[in-house]
Amino acid sequence: MSMSGSAIETRRLDLYYGDFQALTAVDLKVPEREVTALIGPSGCGKSTLLRVFNRMNDLIDGVRVNGQVLVDGKDIYAADADLLRLREKVGMVFQRPNPFPLSVFENIAFGLAVHQLAPRREYDSIVEQALRAVLLWDDLKDRLHRSALALSLEQQQRLCIARVLPLKPQVLLMDEPCSALDPIATLHIEELMQKLKQEYTIVIVTHNMQQAARASDRTGFMYLGKLIEFGATAKIFTQPAQELTENYISGRFG
Amino acid sequence: MSREHFQNMLREVEHELAGMGEMVIAAIDRSVLALQHVDKAEAERIIRDDAAINCKRWEIENQCVQLFATQQPVAGDLREIVSFMDLITNLERMADHAKGIAKIVVMHDQTPLLKPLIDIPRMAAKAGEMIRRSLDAFITQDVAAAKAIMAMDDEVDALYEQIFRELLTYMMEDPRTITRAVYLIWISHNLERIADRVTNICERIIFMVTGEICGN
Repeated sequence: MSMSGSAIETRRLDLYYGDFQALTAVDLKVPEREVTALIGPSGCGKSTLLRVFNRMNDLIDGVRVNGQVLVDGKDIYAADADLLRLREKVGMVFQRPNPFPLSVFENIAFGLAVHQLAPRREYDSIVEQALRAVLLWDDLKDRLHRSALALSLEQQQRLCIARVLPLKPQVLLMDEPCSALDPIATLHIEELMQKLKQEYTIVIVTHNMQQAARASDRTGFMYLGKLIEFGATAKIFTQPAQELTENYISGRFG
Repeated sequence: MSREHFQNMLREVEHELAGMGEMVIAAIDRSVLALQHVDKAEAERIIRDDAAINCKRWEIENQCVQLFATQQPVAGDLREIVSFMDLITNLERMADHAKGIAKIVVMHDQTPLLKPLIDIPRMAAKAGEMIRRSLDAFITQDVAAAKAIMAMDDEVDALYEQIFRELLTYMMEDPRTITRAVYLIWISHNLERIADRVTNICERIIFMVTGEICGN
């Protein structure tokens, strides 16, 4: 836990893809153990910002970052930053569920083995705990050794969330985690987020404003690479301070 | 676990609403007690304390607005939140009637009441009971109870009628009693209005559960 109570903090963050400036002077403090949603029209930089938090943009050619990004109080772009440790601390869930073509059990054990976090004899109980946390245990306890690809999309997405948990991350990043799911499965994942936020800080990118409204505690509205407004979700959706925010959330553009 | 988070938020508003109901019932009870003792100091306090009830109303309204803005309620949930907004308006007006009674107590001169109170405390007790039962029926979504409570309004109306006639005879016999008799009539009128507003709550319960607005 950092001194500031922020799980993530950015200071004057700029990000360039070659000549294109994707993020401009973003100052953001993501509070611990809350759900923070990033919204904004396509291309506004919300996914780029999310990917900054575990340095997923590093693989893209020509990426340049100015400013600071602190995760748990440490600058993750510092020269001595430990990328493997960062990815342990900051887990990510993607738009389309992407379980490994392995069994349910192995999907969860995979990260344990890679990060050598626990002796093999503890895997059973760790897998069970992870599946319980995402409310999959009762459904899957008799199918642990079947292929994860045979699960429903919602179950696959839950599994992808469960897969992150044994690494004991502090932050869960979710990039459009429900866009491949039907509305009921979407509500289930949102419920799960409410449960998980008791232990984890969650940052979600969503182009579904209603989802941000329903499921988050804080909302950041981004536009053209800038963080236009950031505040309590109830406030943003009833009394946004910026006209641009109001125009976007009320559907006047975007 | 279907929208448990949202359901919890609804339960929270229900809880606040029940709390507001208790505040209103207490204001009514206190106002009638202040009348019985012609206790002007207490009446002044009741008038001041009304601000807390108004505050509570805005608090609950704000919760409802946030639910509309963030939770996209539909169907039964939507009707429930619409009903919350209506209930708090009715409760707030009931509190104003209790304040109205307190204001009359303040206006009353130092002479004793025209007559010992019998039916007015009865009206107040019945109105209070109606409020409490209507809020229970709201929370348990009990249409049958709502209809039974609406019928109680007739009993309150009958008491009002009875008080009115009785005071009329006082006034006819001795015009010097007119001021004090009129005060008591105003007070019973306030209580009659309170009970009438409970029937609005009962109509809302029926609307909330069935989706039908009941006409008269």
